[in-house]
Amino acid sequence: MTGTPLLEVRNLVKHFGVTRGLFGGQAGAVRAVDGISLSIGRGETVGLVGESGCGKSTAGRAILQLHRPTSGEVLFDGKDLTKLPDRDMRRMRRHMQMIFQDPYASLNPKMTVAEIVAEPMVIHKLVPRAERGARVAELLELVGLKPGVASRYAHEFSGGQRQRVGIARALAASPDLIVCDEPVSALDVSIQAQIVNLLEDLQERLGLTYLFIAHDLSVVRHISRRVAVMYLGRIVEIAESNALYDHPLHPYTQALLSAVPIPDPAIEQHRQRVILTGDVPSPVDPPSGCRFRTRCPFAMEICSRVDPPLADHSGHKVACHLHPAPGG
Amino acid sequence: MATGPQSAEAAGPVLDVRGLTTNFYTEDGVVRAVRDVSFTVMPGETLGVVGESGCGKSITGLSVMRLVPDPPGRIDAGAVLLEGRDLLGLSEAEMRDVRGRKLSMIFQDPMTSLNPVLTIGRQIGESLRRHLGLTRAQARARSIELLKMVGIPHAGQRVDEFPHQFSGGMRQRVMIAIALACNPRLVIADEPTTALDVTIQAQILELMKSLQAEHDSGLVMITHSMGVVAGMADRVQVMYAGSIVETATTAEIFANPRHPYTVGLMQSIPRLDARDKARLQPIGGLPPELIDPPDACPFAPRCTYARPACLEARPPLQAVTAEHASACWFWDEVSPRRSLQLAAGASR
Repeated sequence: MTGTPLLEVRNLVKHFGVTRGLFGGQAGAVRAVDGISLSIGRGETVGLVGESGCGKSTAGRAILQLHRPTSGEVLFDGKDLTKLPDRDMRRMRRHMQMIFQDPYASLNPKMTVAEIVAEPMVIHKLVPRAERGARVAELLELVGLKPGVASRYAHEFSGGQRQRVGIARALAASPDLIVCDEPVSALDVSIQAQIVNLLEDLQERLGLTYLFIAHDLSVVRHISRRVAVMYLGRIVEIAESNALYDHPLHPYTQALLSAVPIPDPAIEQHRQRVILTGDVPSPVDPPSGCRFRTRCPFAMEICSRVDPPLADHSGHKVACHLHPAPGG
Repeated sequence: MATGPQSAEAAGPVLDVRGLTTNFYTEDGVVRAVRDVSFTVMPGETLGVVGESGCGKSITGLSVMRLVPDPPGRIDAGAVLLEGRDLLGLSEAEMRDVRGRKLSMIFQDPMTSLNPVLTIGRQIGESLRRHLGLTRAQARARSIELLKMVGIPHAGQRVDEFPHQFSGGMRQRVMIAIALACNPRLVIADEPTTALDVTIQAQILELMKSLQAEHDSGLVMITHSMGVVAGMADRVQVMYAGSIVETATTAEIFANPRHPYTVGLMQSIPRLDARDKARLQPIGGLPPELIDPPDACPFAPRCTYARPACLEARPPLQAVTAEHASACWFWDEVSPRRSLQLAAGASR
């Protein structure tokens, strides 16, 4: 990857206030995203994984400014989105789109497929009215739907087909970056593969850049060039996907990977699992020092005192006292 | 009556389902949810039931429990023999004595299957008092033991708490405690870990495995995940459109799948340990309607092996070996390699 990245996130923080009582005195904050940094090159796919509540979806939304970040910078093509006034931000939005998890909830039931797919063109004034029909047909064909479905409503479709409509809508504005938030997890396995292949084809044809947020580690490995692992609002490890999956360094990544069942009984029989005890602590009051230490099988004295920074081991970054920065 | 792990009739299956047929009578027509399904589960055995939404795997489980909502659902044919006794012939009152005592079920979503206004202790104690005649105090003491058994810390204190005070994984542990309270002969688990995170899933599967080994009960594990089945099941049956399309030991079905749908399921999922990024092989098309299905192979419209014979009659399960059966007319041609060749040919 050369040149400036399409997206560069620096120390992104998003806290949600917790109010107490009827008049809402601030009682604390859910530290959903607590200082993450990451960059994505043009045409690249970066996977963002973690368990529920780790902040991965909030991170995606904060990057797109759907939640305005509490602090930090989001450089898109060199421009800091966090500094843009709402009006300018709206103009920027056509360059970055989102595909949502639930194709049942994310499509307006009162709109036809044609209206849903054309909406971004109308909002961003991209295509003259007379040409919209042709552009909608072209987009539907691109995502593998027959142009004839344009006059139908979302409820007439299966989950996989609805997800195709959602993808066509995301493509309508000819974006550079698409944030995919669990795009296949609501779909049956045989349909998941159809959508994953479609996303890969579209990337190749249109040069798209993806931030692929998911909890399914196998799908993320398949589609991503690099993968970042989140735990309690932080990125704990980020590396090229084969390096991360074959040689995970962070104890949390190791546990996460060892917990994923592999569809091969010969392998499953001899697998050693790292079974984590307990549950994820509350993001309102995360543990001192390393946030994973309360569940970490290797926790040491230093872990409760010092928050480990993300240390760079020739491109493979990890935030753990077991792997301090080389020479640091 | 002894409820210990040792079973007198250890030789026979704990569950023997024969020709089970469950239909739903809707305004649009008769939905053929479960079509002539037969299988057995031995004591101490885990049977994995795999398939996608709408394949009939959950309705099979509910039919065995006799919990199919009626109307619109109805079990129209078959027998469900639990230790030799046909549950379909029992009255509702007799069935209530069987559920929870001999036969219990663990559901996918522990939040909706626990009563939010009763303490955990009351909910575990309910079946202990009803089936085993324990007093309130005895039931509470036993509930605490059960909570300890499923790995809930501070069980003595948590027994008096309510479901909302437990995390998702802890609630599923409570559900397991309730299911195992009376030491049933058979447990049906319907996607027990689907709603849970992967590290919590590993905890729960580990727990279920060790408890089953201890109690020697039969386990029916209903899931959409080939990975879960690979690690948990002794035998696997794959369901599609209400029927069993393939059944074999776990090792055999993964090494030598003989139904195009089974092969398709395996090739459509990326593997965690796959270094190369070979293109996924999706199964084209969509699952069929279950209303008035034609007398044809239900998978034929999506099948790369399909030919005219497939549309003329529905193939029954045919023996591949003594322990392996496939509902495909052309099972002897089916292999993962052939499927890849056919897929490559079709896309050209």
